[in-house]
Formats: sequence, C-alpha cells, structure tokens
Amino acid sequence: MQKPFYFKIFLVAALLLGGNIFAKENNHPVEESKGSLKAEIKEFIGHHLLDSHDFTLYTVDEEKNEHVGFPLPVILWDNGLKVFSSSKFHHGASVAEVDGNYYALNHGKIVKTDAEGTISYDEHHHATNEKPLDFSITKNVVFILLVAILMFFMFTKMAKSYKNSALPKGMGRLLEPVVLYIRDDIAIPNIGKKHYKRYMSYLLTVFFFIWIINLLGLTPLGVNVTNNIAVTLALALLTYLITTFTANKNYWKHIFWMPDVPVFMKLVLAPIELLGTIIKPFSLMIRLYANITAGHVVLMSILGMMFIFKNWIGSPLSFGLAFALSLLELLVAALQAYIFTMLSALYFGSAVEEHHDH
Amino acid sequence: MEIPTIVGAGLIVIGAGLGIGKIGGSAMDAIARQPEASGKIQTAMLIAAALIEGIGFAALFAS
Repeated sequence: MQKPFYFKIFLVAALLLGGNIFAKENNHPVEESKGSLKAEIKEFIGHHLLDSHDFTLYTVDEEKNEHVGFPLPVILWDNGLKVFSSSKFHHGASVAEVDGNYYALNHGKIVKTDAEGTISYDEHHHATNEKPLDFSITKNVVFILLVAILMFFMFTKMAKSYKNSALPKGMGRLLEPVVLYIRDDIAIPNIGKKHYKRYMSYLLTVFFFIWIINLLGLTPLGVNVTNNIAVTLALALLTYLITTFTANKNYWKHIFWMPDVPVFMKLVLAPIELLGTIIKPFSLMIRLYANITAGHVVLMSILGMMFIFKNWIGSPLSFGLAFALSLLELLVAALQAYIFTMLSALYFGSAVEEHHDH
Repeated sequence: MEIPTIVGAGLIVIGAGLGIGKIGGSAMDAIARQPEASGKIQTAMLIAAALIEGIGFAALFAS
C-alpha cells in the first residue's frame, strides 16, 4: 500500500525531532563541558592558522603531550648563530637550553627566557621577553621549498619533452594548456604583444606557486602557507618592485603630471596616484591572505560542529557542508592564483603602456 | 569584540555582497545579450569582483 506523501514528511520530521530530543537528553550531563569544547576548537583553529616550529601530523594524547610528526631545525641569531632541533621544545612544553641561553615557545614564537622558562606579559598580554632573530626552517618554509623543488622538476620535465617533437609528452601535456592560457589570455591582452615576454616568467611562477600551495593547503597535511601574511607580502612586494623598476616614462608622467587635465587637478591627482601605486600591491596582499584564511577558518569551524553536536543530524550535516565547501575551496585555490596573476599582469601592462594621444 | 564592531562587519558584508551581486547580475545580462563575448565578460567580472572583495576584506580586518 502506497503511503501518502505528507505522511512521509511527517515521519521524517518526527524522526528528526525525536532524534534531536533524544540526543539532547543524552548530552545533558556533559552540558558544562560544552564551553570548554568550544574554546578547545577555537584554540585548535588558531593553532592551525599559525606557523609552527615542528611538523605535527596528528596528536595522540593532548594531556600526555604525545604527537606524531617530526621536528624541524631552529636557526636563531642571538649574539651568534644558534642552531638546534625543535624537538628540544617538546611541543612548547619545555625550555630549550643552547650554549647557556634558554629559549621557550610562546604562541609559536621563540622568546628568550631564564632557566625556569618564565615569560612576562604586558597589559595587552604580549610577551615582553627579548625575541632573538628567527631564521628557522618552519613548516611554511619547508612547504615553500617543497613547492619550489616540485615546480623545478615539473617544468624542467616539461621543457625536456619539447626536445624531440613539437608534441609534448607526460608532464608537458598536462601543463601546456595552462601555460598557453596564461600567455594568450592573461599576458598578451593585458601587457601587449611587444613587452609580454619579459613578464612571462614571473607570471607563470607566481601562478603555479600560489595554485600548488593553495591546493596543498586543502590536503590533510595541515599546511597553510598563503594565509601567512608575510608570504603574501613577499609576493605582492615582488609585483610592486617589478612594476616600479620596469615602468617607462609614460607611467611616471601619468602619476606625477597627469596630461590633459587642468594644473590644479594635476596637483590634486599626483598624491592620489602615488598612493594608488602602493594600494594596488597592498590589496593583492590582503586579498590572497584573507581569502585563504577565511576559507580555512570556515572549513574548520564546520568540521568542529561535528564535535559540538555529537548526534546523528550534526555529523552528516557537518560532513556534507565540509564536502561542499572543500569543492568551493578547490575553485578558490585556482581563482586566487588567477586573480593574482591577472592583476599583476594588469599592473605591468599599465607600467609599459606606450604613449597615445588622448 | 563589541557590538558596534559586529554591526560594522555586517554592514561591510552587505555592501560587498550587493556590489558583487550587481556585477554578477550585469555580467549575466551581458552574456545573455552577447554569448560570443562571454570569455571577455567573465574576465572583466572577475577583476571587478576581486577589487570589491579586496576592499571588503581590508575593511573587515580594520573593524
């Protein structure tokens, strides 16, 4: 016998609500621990966003300080070069002693302490301890180097595959459409046929670097390099320097003495245009950093919902949302690389634009 | 975070959302009118959306 459609809806609603109430009753004794669980999830997300001195794959037992991963070298400049392994910190639990100096980890940053590891704070809860210059090979540095090596092998392989024939093989076949897309749809329309070759190496490097490192950020390794503002600052600074040092006379004329406008407007426009040259790379930096940070925070918060709800509605919901968001993040990873390359090309194009009559 | 900051963040999101929505809508119209120019329209749309997004994020971080 076929049941009516509204009966099915009623059944589903009853089951959902019933499950919810049942779960609530079940969870009643652990209600107090919910606040601390939320704080724990927040702390976990905060940790994930920070760079770290050791590479932790997963945590076995938080209380016993048992982690699975491997330590990374710490390189400090503090009245001489100090090199030691980050395993000395025991994941921030103990003070590392090197040549009579003591160092401790404070929120992922190395500070100089005494033998007991006391860290003093000012009223804004910043550590007032002396901070040595830190050149450590941190997790981010490891992954930047890894991507650099990966890209080197990918592109030398691609170049080699063109030696025997015009038809590429293997890696070349994979990369050729992307490289051609950057040349034909990003570089040539924005920079122009005459000058685009000078900028192709930078545009290709920056595109593939951002793309690969964003994709690595979506793997369970827990890497997130582009949500470190220092990394995006370096990338944006490169764009700024290349724009500034390859700019022609016409570009500077348009900044300091805009042609075909009244003299009064020229005086008003000059500071605005000058500021604009700095705002452009600044917005490049903020855009990449904020997009990737926001993506990671939202994704991890949705995953954290699973541990807060702990019932059979919350987990599939959280799983489904996280799956959909991961797909969106795959798109964002490529889109941000594309936008960064595109806008860089646009700025280079404005820097080499030839004079034409208005 | 105090209440005014949250309200400010909400206003920023409304503004950026309106802006990007309008760009997307106009791009749809343009593609419907001239489907052969869809590639160029998409590029221009992405650039404009990225610029608004950049300002939105800058304001969010300032708030």
